[in-house]
Amino acid sequence: MSGTDKIGWSRQQMADRLAREFQDGWIVNLGVGIPTLCSNTDIGGREITYHAENGVIGYGPVLPEGQEDLHLVNAGGQNVSLNPGAAVVHHADSFGIIRSGRIDVTVMGAYEVACNGDFANWKVAGAKGGGIGGAMDLAACARRVYIILEHNTRSGAPRLVERCALPVTARGVVTLVATNLGLFEPLGEGFRLRELAPGVTLEAARAATGAALLAS
Amino acid sequence: MGQKSKVVASFAEAVADIPDGSVIAFGGFAAPGTPYNLIMALLAQGARDLTCIANTTGGAHQPRMPDLGMLVENGQVRKVVCSFTAPGRPTDVLPFTKYYEAGEVEAELVPQGTLAERLRAAGCGIPAFYTPTGVGTEIAEGRETRVINGREYLLEYAMPVDYAFLRAHRADAAGNLQFRLSQRNFNPLMAAAARHVVVEVEEEILPIGSLDPDHIHTPGIFVQRLVRIPPEPEGLWPVRRKERVR
Repeated sequence: MSGTDKIGWSRQQMADRLAREFQDGWIVNLGVGIPTLCSNTDIGGREITYHAENGVIGYGPVLPEGQEDLHLVNAGGQNVSLNPGAAVVHHADSFGIIRSGRIDVTVMGAYEVACNGDFANWKVAGAKGGGIGGAMDLAACARRVYIILEHNTRSGAPRLVERCALPVTARGVVTLVATNLGLFEPLGEGFRLRELAPGVTLEAARAATGAALLAS
Repeated sequence: MGQKSKVVASFAEAVADIPDGSVIAFGGFAAPGTPYNLIMALLAQGARDLTCIANTTGGAHQPRMPDLGMLVENGQVRKVVCSFTAPGRPTDVLPFTKYYEAGEVEAELVPQGTLAERLRAAGCGIPAFYTPTGVGTEIAEGRETRVINGREYLLEYAMPVDYAFLRAHRADAAGNLQFRLSQRNFNPLMAAAARHVVVEVEEEILPIGSLDPDHIHTPGIFVQRLVRIPPEPEGLWPVRRKERVR
């Protein structure tokens, strides 16, 4: 179970695959890291409103140096643009939008996802502190939680597991997972395989997964 | 009928009487709205045994700008309350971590929406509230929860503070504030949660009555002191984030 990070989808392709699930009119919150790449995906004429936890509603692409506005950042601190119709609110209103169920999907990175829908992304083993940010609010309250992560750790351990070993961010919330090996749905007793990345076999995906893999 | 001006001449003057043991909230999310100049003044002023509240302890990015971590390194902080007490990416290194692991500073880790709502609650006279955030996780262990309409919620308490240090784009001398774009973030919530609010202001501070009452984000009744930020290099201004510290 090692070396799976070199096969299958690239980071952008993982993001593309999840972004193609976004439906017209959705309000989408993208986490820091690979999920940010979802906003690069061409999904035709579907209109998506991107919400950032710091209160920016309707932001667009990251701007190149020299064109940025230093008063405007996304959740990752990148200087983004605003789309027509954008709005800015304070933090309590921004998280009010999150907790009241207005976010159609949040896409986040994670260290582990379990087949019961739990996931862990705020604390690593042995760390004294943690980095929660907006992840627990989004995980508990968004209408859908999608996760993007490499299928295995650098040492080859599975990140798709039966039960999370790390402290969880929320329980039973994940509905869709994109890894470099394919697209997976937590189904309770295992992960359902929805799609394999090109060049990846069912056997390879099964061997790299720490829980039952149910072929679609 | 005229209101008194709240403008003070310098950052040093604005923070001169902050006592040891104060609870101070610092506005800002990434660069926008972060009171760099007031943090620098507090470093020089030297108040100790502080409890500092902000989204992060700072220091994950270059160039490093004034942050809570610097107050920790300067031995002024007893405790921080943040939504990040470790870096967002485990490969990043926070200056804060060394002091935290050595036991030289305490930390309370709070989900970001809960941090915002605890400040908001303090600013509007609500002592506590229930939130779905954090239920079933380590942060809820041993704490009070309640099932309402079939869903479990975690009890969280309001977080009143002694001082709020903010950065605004525009102000009049009465302390009415306007923030620009994502500069708003925690700033209006911290203003309402604090007994004393000190604001560094980017534009020339306007005569009382210059701002449209319909376009004020934080009313002057919350604000005690205003300082105009001088141009660089005397004043500190946000810069574009560079590559991460490794």
